[in-house]
Amino acid sequence: MAKKLPKTDIVLAGVGWTGGIIAAELTRKGYKVVGLERGKERKTEDYLMVHDELRYQQRNEMMQDLSKETLTLRHDRSKRALPYRQHGSFLIGDGVGGSGEHWNGLTYRFFPYDFEIYTKTVERYGKDKIPADMPLQDWGITYDELVPYFEKFETMAGISGEANPHPEVPEVKYPTAPLKETPSMKMFREASKNLGYHPYIAPAATLSESYTNPDGISRGACQYCGFCERFGCEYGAKASPVVTVLPVAKETGNFEVRTHCVVRKVLHTNGKATGVLYVDTRTGEEYIQEADVVVVSAYVLNNIRILLNSKLGRPYDPETGTGVIGKNYAYQMTSAASTGFFKDKEFNLYAGTGALAGVLDDFNGDNFDHTDLNFIHGGNIALGHYGKRPISNNSVPKGTPGWGKEFKDESIFWANRSLSVGSQGSVMPNKENYIDLDPTYKDQFGDPLIRMTFNYKDNERNQQKYIREITTKILEEMGADMITTPGDQGDWDTTKYQTTHNTGGVIMGADPETSALNNYLQMWDCENVFVPGANAFPHNSGMNPTGTVGALAYRAAEGIEKYLKNGGSLV
Amino acid sequence: MSEQDKKTPILDKRSSRRTFIKNSGLTVGGVVLGGALGSLLGKDSTKTKTVESHVHSEATAVNFNQALMYFDKVQFDTIEAAAEQIFPKTDVGPGAKELLVAYFIDHQLAGNWGLNAKEYMTGPFFPTETTALFGHQTHLNRQQIFNLGIEALNAEAQKNYDNNFAALNEDDQIAILTAFEADEVPLNGAVTSGFFFRLLKSATIEGVYADPLYGGNKNMEGWKMKNFPGHQMSYANIIEKDEFVKMDPMSLNSQHNH
Repeated sequence: MAKKLPKTDIVLAGVGWTGGIIAAELTRKGYKVVGLERGKERKTEDYLMVHDELRYQQRNEMMQDLSKETLTLRHDRSKRALPYRQHGSFLIGDGVGGSGEHWNGLTYRFFPYDFEIYTKTVERYGKDKIPADMPLQDWGITYDELVPYFEKFETMAGISGEANPHPEVPEVKYPTAPLKETPSMKMFREASKNLGYHPYIAPAATLSESYTNPDGISRGACQYCGFCERFGCEYGAKASPVVTVLPVAKETGNFEVRTHCVVRKVLHTNGKATGVLYVDTRTGEEYIQEADVVVVSAYVLNNIRILLNSKLGRPYDPETGTGVIGKNYAYQMTSAASTGFFKDKEFNLYAGTGALAGVLDDFNGDNFDHTDLNFIHGGNIALGHYGKRPISNNSVPKGTPGWGKEFKDESIFWANRSLSVGSQGSVMPNKENYIDLDPTYKDQFGDPLIRMTFNYKDNERNQQKYIREITTKILEEMGADMITTPGDQGDWDTTKYQTTHNTGGVIMGADPETSALNNYLQMWDCENVFVPGANAFPHNSGMNPTGTVGALAYRAAEGIEKYLKNGGSLV
Repeated sequence: MSEQDKKTPILDKRSSRRTFIKNSGLTVGGVVLGGALGSLLGKDSTKTKTVESHVHSEATAVNFNQALMYFDKVQFDTIEAAAEQIFPKTDVGPGAKELLVAYFIDHQLAGNWGLNAKEYMTGPFFPTETTALFGHQTHLNRQQIFNLGIEALNAEAQKNYDNNFAALNEDDQIAILTAFEADEVPLNGAVTSGFFFRLLKSATIEGVYADPLYGGNKNMEGWKMKNFPGHQMSYANIIEKDEFVKMDPMSLNSQHNH
């Protein structure tokens, strides 16, 4: 029998970026917030031994223990789904700070086109441009409406950047100067300009200079140590919940974090949540935490799972296209990357930071004419200088054997002489890409795992063909002696790391029939439940999602306060 | 003793790091930044003697890490030979054997990684119903896969060359590994020879380049070959440089004994 705990104003299922932002915003207004976090407590001192590629990258030190809980995967409905037994294609974090601890720090704003993608696509190309199996939807909010929330996130995190020179992209003023530009980034800039594109230094949450944010939190500059994504920052230079919003929430005295506590279900009666059921995994005891507002603020995939296991909201049915929980699951595509080999140049590739990149958006969003193209949207194109580590950096020209003497000598020779120009390809929603509960596999408590049905569709495969020619062209212009060009995008490989930009499944919109959340991230079907996160994206854009996730979390925080004051549906 | 240690006494490195911390403009003492740096600064003044004695003792040190936690002798010899073919000694530098990669693999197998402790190992399993795109789908953990793989390497060696794998010449060892990689050797219904080979290959590369604290990458020789500097505090002064900057690598041991 679960033990009932005294009621609080707000309970969070997950203490990462979204939970942290909501905690900071609401505790300072005097509300009591309890944060339930599946993983452990984290602090900057934890990262004294962080320059360890084996532990953090190969063995996924900061990621979820999949022996306790995972998901199942399949390419289409005709197949049996199999468990994601080891981390591969994406890395689900856990612990205080969540994925916000081990992210790269690339902090973009999705484009105005993204938020009104259906309307704008129809306006420019007509309805026939959208395939019948692509449930493309507007987000129920515009870019202009989101600007103040983007600014809040960027100011809190101290984003370092310069204006995107592309004429179609709105100008953004960042609180700190851009990061340093490396020789290879300069080559990328030069070559892209020669080709008529609009390169710039990517906006970064790894500070270029010391910065004090409006909350009075001071952080020092990034040291380009080369251990950033998948690693925590031993300097606190990379913005993370642990070094920004969580100390602010704690300072108020209104915030309590309970670590090692796994939320199993949101409890609800008559369309209203009463609280959550959770297990303290250190004692094994079950608790009910009652609250006026429940915020489901875990990672995208866990948010979907909590709702499905709570029987909250209408599950999506791919047969009819009705229902909303699990709908419009999307991802990204990284297979348009080309690698150039420069035999007479050696770059300091061991140095770098997670958000250090030259980037351009000429082939992203609707910044280029798709009239004669067999796809919509696109992806950014970037040359990253993230820090190459020796276990994972073994680029060799095509035709080199995969092991033995030649592999060894070649992989060592090219280690500091090869550069990749990559792309984050957007993924549009498809009727057949969705998430539901798995009929067979269970977690540590006997609750069903979620089942992901996903594959790249024609829109993505066509986009990849188009973009890979551009990445190759840039490397040619940069003067590469040899270029390895990628082949066609095949079926989704669940084992090879691509990106942890999973999106959708609990999407926002203007219509309760086709979306789960309104534009305050409030559930249409349960007014005191808010589900912030990339789960709210009706499609995925061609850039990193965290800037947009952060903005939406500030929007949700405002909505929660409104709800606590006035009640009812906010839209 | 590494190259770095021979050239610069550790005390010099420590004081240059201290200077770095003082000069880097970090606002230590803020709400958050007490963090990792705070404790570094705190430790600094008290550890001098410990560090010094560490330097002296290293010169005559035996590598107590060179012993087995998991493999038996035959298994160790087999993996040592196979790893050397995957990452052989060449003019560029030492191979897996000299870098102690087989000890690294032995130690890894003895722990979490060998037992797949942080991975979903709940059934039902459908190892034959899947493609490589869905990864590990066997009920076997890595210890069991290595046991089977090593048995099969020696069985192939006995069948074709009347000797154990480790005793074969280079060409014959390569021929067997090539057949394993191509899935041409039947292993067991639950795992293929190609799966074992890929596991062995990735573990070998890890043993070459992981921090020496794990038992491989002897004296950071793997890093030195690749000009990888290991654990360094900052590249802020290097990141914009046009020329390649070579530096002596540092391991996490230098951080721990700081």
